[in-house]
Amino acid sequence: MDRYEHADLPAQGWVSLVARADGFLRLPLPLAGESVPAGFPSPADEYMERRLDLNEYLVARPEATYFVRVSGDSMLGASIHHGDILVVDRSLAPRPGNVVIAQVDGEFTVKRLRKTPSGLELAPENPDYAVIPLTEETDFQVWGVVLHVVHKV
Amino acid sequence: MTRQYALIDCNNFYASCERAFRPELVGRPVVVLSNNDGCVIARSAEAKELGIEMGTPYFKCRAMLERRGVAVFSSNYALYGDLSARVMQVLTRFCPSVEVYSIDEAFCDLTGVPGGAEAYSRRLRATVLAWTGIPVSVGIGRTKTLAKLANRFAKKQPRSRGVFDLAASPDPDRVLRWTDIGDVWGIGPKHAKRLRAMGVANALQFRELDRDWVQKKMTVTGLHTLLELRGLPCIGFSAGPQDKKTIVSSRSFGHPVTLREDMLEAVSQYTTRAAEKLRRQRSVTSSIMVFLQTNSFRLGQPQYSNALSVPLVVATAHTPTLIRAARAGMERIFRDGYQYKKCGVMLAGLEPEQGRWLNLLALPPAHRPSDEPLMRTVDALNNRWGRDTVSFAASGIKRGWRMKREMRSPGTPRSGTSS
Repeated sequence: MDRYEHADLPAQGWVSLVARADGFLRLPLPLAGESVPAGFPSPADEYMERRLDLNEYLVARPEATYFVRVSGDSMLGASIHHGDILVVDRSLAPRPGNVVIAQVDGEFTVKRLRKTPSGLELAPENPDYAVIPLTEETDFQVWGVVLHVVHKV
Repeated sequence: MTRQYALIDCNNFYASCERAFRPELVGRPVVVLSNNDGCVIARSAEAKELGIEMGTPYFKCRAMLERRGVAVFSSNYALYGDLSARVMQVLTRFCPSVEVYSIDEAFCDLTGVPGGAEAYSRRLRATVLAWTGIPVSVGIGRTKTLAKLANRFAKKQPRSRGVFDLAASPDPDRVLRWTDIGDVWGIGPKHAKRLRAMGVANALQFRELDRDWVQKKMTVTGLHTLLELRGLPCIGFSAGPQDKKTIVSSRSFGHPVTLREDMLEAVSQYTTRAAEKLRRQRSVTSSIMVFLQTNSFRLGQPQYSNALSVPLVVATAHTPTLIRAARAGMERIFRDGYQYKKCGVMLAGLEPEQGRWLNLLALPPAHRPSDEPLMRTVDALNNRWGRDTVSFAASGIKRGWRMKREMRSPGTPRSGTSS
């Protein structure tokens, strides 16, 4: 309903869907009191101490938060797969170590922002891809900071 | 303390929306076409420089647009409505009171903000740009009319860098002299023509006219414009000339509303009003935005505000369809545990009812053309016997959320224009 598709994707680009951050029905679900050790839900956990609303958990500032679908596999090491949805907050100041969505030479890309002795760089988390060094000449801007990945198992 | 109003206006809004997610288009000319007849309805700054006129039919300028490498988009109100809601949200988060005026404009009361209105507006502008990607211009004045005038100056004068405070200007009269009479908020083309014929060509000359003469020739509306130009606020919040691009219907509640059901009734009621206005001007709408807010002046109470735009599959003026969409939107943004002060709806992406392209297959079953007589009949009954003679059950019977002044005896004239 409130989503818009972007059809013509640039090769490195990944924005194929941007949806409003609270564009899902609010559906508070029970949250189990204990964490589950690798997938053996215990019957004792039937006691639910509070309800979890995923929107509230994932989205701090709805007006600055965007859902973005990833294309490509340059960030596998950060558990970001092709087709995943990223929760991106544009109100945060990017810091080294953040996974960011950046505009480089008029194209979107998702990479980790890293600080090296020689300056900043955008680093992929997949050995098949090259690091993008950020120099004075690079046409570069951080579009938003990636906070969460929604991945279908 | 003098009031300080700001008018915040998104630059070339639809074109900016198309650009917000397409960095490759930064610096390139962009135009947006209406979805019914393929006319240019928005132009980026670069497209304006190419001399592309507003309203030009696409078939006439198509070759030229291609030659110049202009990016052309069909209008996408799902996108514009969403970004509009986001911009309004940012403003509501940082300003004590905000009035949504149209899809791309809002008045904010900046009286007494820390650090002064101009510095505050610059931060506000930077925040809107960072969070939404939409560039805005801000005009600040002692009245809404002056804020609107200052906003125009901010937009047209690059040296203001997007923010202009009329009160801080060394020569405010020069700005009024620079403003053409036809560009003054609330002075329509007919009056502008008559005034020009009399030698009143700009806002400054108008301001110096005799007030009784203005009231006689231009009714109380003209008088309000005159007094506002003199710095006397006459147009309260949620009042003033209706914008043409958008229909807004919103109100503050007489007492705080806490119940979801009351909020849904209120939003249905405002939707009914907005739909009546829409049919009166023979238009249909492509999207409906709902918004709500708590009273930010009540310190110590938990604050919450939100806005959500719901795109419509088919542009419509059908009240039940609009009510359904508005209620769905309100269901999503309503949260329990707050004392709400205000809610409202905004219709955007208006098109003339006749000229629209109708895909009969896409029509939802509730919107068969056979409903048109029903809408006409409802409007006729209400015009004849008074408002709400016939109304939609969704908007409630008791209406516990109403404004106090709504509890009036029948037949007394009402104040306020925003219903």
